[in-house]
Amino acid sequence: MLSQQLFNGLVVGATYAIFALGFTVMFGVLGVVNLTYGFYFSFGALIALWLTQALNLPVWASFLIAVLASGLVAALVDSLLLTRLRRARAPELASLMVTLGATLLLYSLSSSLIGVEIRRFPAAAINASAFDLLGLRVSMTQLLIVFAAFAMVGGLVYLIQYTRVGLAIRAMAERPDTIALMGVNAGALARLVSFVSGSLAGAAGVLIGLNYNAIQPFMGEQMMLKGFAVIILGGLGDARGALVAGLIVGMLETLTAGYVASSWKDAVGFALLVLTLWIRPAGLFGRATVKRA
Amino acid sequence: MSGAALLEVSGLTLGYGRSDVIKGVDLRIASGAAVTLIGANGAGKTTIMRGLSGLLKPRAGSIVFDGHRIDGLPGHRVARLGVIQSPEGRQVFSNLTIAENLALGAWLLNDAREEARRREGVLARFPRLAERLDQSAGSLSGGEQQMLAIGRALMSNPRLLLLDEPSLGLAPLFIEEIFRIIEDLKREGRTILIVEQNASAALDVADYAYVLQSGVIEIEGPAAQVAADPRVVAAYLGG
Repeated sequence: MLSQQLFNGLVVGATYAIFALGFTVMFGVLGVVNLTYGFYFSFGALIALWLTQALNLPVWASFLIAVLASGLVAALVDSLLLTRLRRARAPELASLMVTLGATLLLYSLSSSLIGVEIRRFPAAAINASAFDLLGLRVSMTQLLIVFAAFAMVGGLVYLIQYTRVGLAIRAMAERPDTIALMGVNAGALARLVSFVSGSLAGAAGVLIGLNYNAIQPFMGEQMMLKGFAVIILGGLGDARGALVAGLIVGMLETLTAGYVASSWKDAVGFALLVLTLWIRPAGLFGRATVKRA
Repeated sequence: MSGAALLEVSGLTLGYGRSDVIKGVDLRIASGAAVTLIGANGAGKTTIMRGLSGLLKPRAGSIVFDGHRIDGLPGHRVARLGVIQSPEGRQVFSNLTIAENLALGAWLLNDAREEARRREGVLARFPRLAERLDQSAGSLSGGEQQMLAIGRALMSNPRLLLLDEPSLGLAPLFIEEIFRIIEDLKREGRTILIVEQNASAALDVADYAYVLQSGVIEIEGPAAQVAADPRVVAAYLGG
C-alpha cells in the first residue's frame, strides 16, 4: 500500500517537477516573474481535451500538439508584453504588474469562452488498462506521464548543457546585455526560452489533466501557487532544485491524501515551504545569497 | 591619416533620459589603423562604444561601417558585420568555463574546424587561458579575465575590434602585457579602436588619437602629435 502510494505520488510529483522546471527556466534565464505561466498549464490541458474530443485524435497526438501550442502562446505573450520592458530595462515590478493583468485577461477570456465547469477526457480516449509491475499497479496513463516527464527533462538538459543554443541561453541568464556583442539575437533567444518553458507548463497541464481527468480553465491558478512553493523550496532559478522539490511535494501530497485526508493535500507544499525557509532561507539548493530577490 | 575609412562617424549624438552625453562627435578609423579615444572618467567614452556596437540608439548623426549605415541596427546585427567589442569591465561569463566563453565568441561562425583553428590562435596568444580551459571564468584574476574578453572578441575574427578600457583596474604587469598584445594585433594588421583612461600607454600604441571632453572631441591628430600637445600633457599625461 505504501509503495503504491509512493509510486502514485511520484507520478504526480513528476508533473509538478516539469511545471516547476519551466517556471524556473523562465525566471532564471529571462529574469522576470511571468505570472501568465500558470495559464499555459490550463491552456495545454484545454487544447489537448479539445483535440481528443472534437477531432478524435489519440491522446499522445493531442499531447504533442497541445505542448507545441502552449509554447507558441507563451512565446507570443512574451514578445508582445515583455520585449519592450526588457529593452527599457524596466524594474521587475513592471513585468509583474503587466503579466498579472495579462493573466487575468487570459483566464477571463478562456472561462467566458468555454465556461468554468469541470470537463473530462472521453472515456474511450483514455487507455484504462493497467498492469502489475513489481507489485505495483501501473496504469497506461501513469506510464505515459512518467515517460513524458523523463523525455522532457532529458530533452531540456540536452538543450541547455550540450548545444550551442543552450550555451547562449546560459550566457543570457548571466549577462543578458552582453551577448549581443557576440552576435547573439537576444530577442529571438528570449522567445525561444519562453517557448520552451511554456511547452513545459502545457505538458504538465495535459499530464495532470490525464491523471485526475478533471480539466477547467482555472486549474493553472492553483498550480501556479504550488509552482511558487516548489521553486522557492528548490531555490529560485535552480533547475535541479525545482525537479527534486517537485517530486517531494507531489509525493507528500499523495501520502497526505492517502493517510491523512485529501482536504489537507494542498496545504502540504506550503507547510514544507515554510519549514524549509526556516532552516535554509535560500531553499534546498539555493546558494547562500539570493542574487535576484 | 591614410587609407580608406573603415569606420566613419559623423555628428554622433547619444544620451540617456533627458541629457545628451555625446554631442555631435566625428570619428574616422582607417583600415588597419589603431586609433585611441582618450578622456577623463565620465567624458562619455563608454557611451560612444555602446553607440558604435548598437547597444544605444543614436539620437542624431550617422555611423558608416565599410559602406553600410549601422546606426540604428541592433547590437547583434552590428556584430554580424564584424564590429566586435571587448566591453568595459570585461563582462566575461563567470558561470561558464573559459572554453565556453571562447565558444560564444565564435557564435557567428558555423564551422567547427575554423573555430578550432581560431581557438588555437587565441590560446597561443594567451597561454594562461590554455592551462585552464575547463575552469569557470569567474575563477580568473582581473587580468586573466581581460585576456579572456579580448580572446573572446578575437574568436569572431573582427574586422573592427573595439577595446573599452582594456587596462582598467589591472596590476601594472598585466597592463604591460595587455598593451604588448594590442601592439601585436596592430602589427598583424587589425583595425582597432582603444578607449582608455591610461592615456600614455594608449598614445604609445596608437597611430591616431581623439581626446574626448564632456561629450565633444577637443583635440585630434596623429598620436605622437597629440601626446606632445601641452593641453594633453597637462590634463592626461601628468605633466
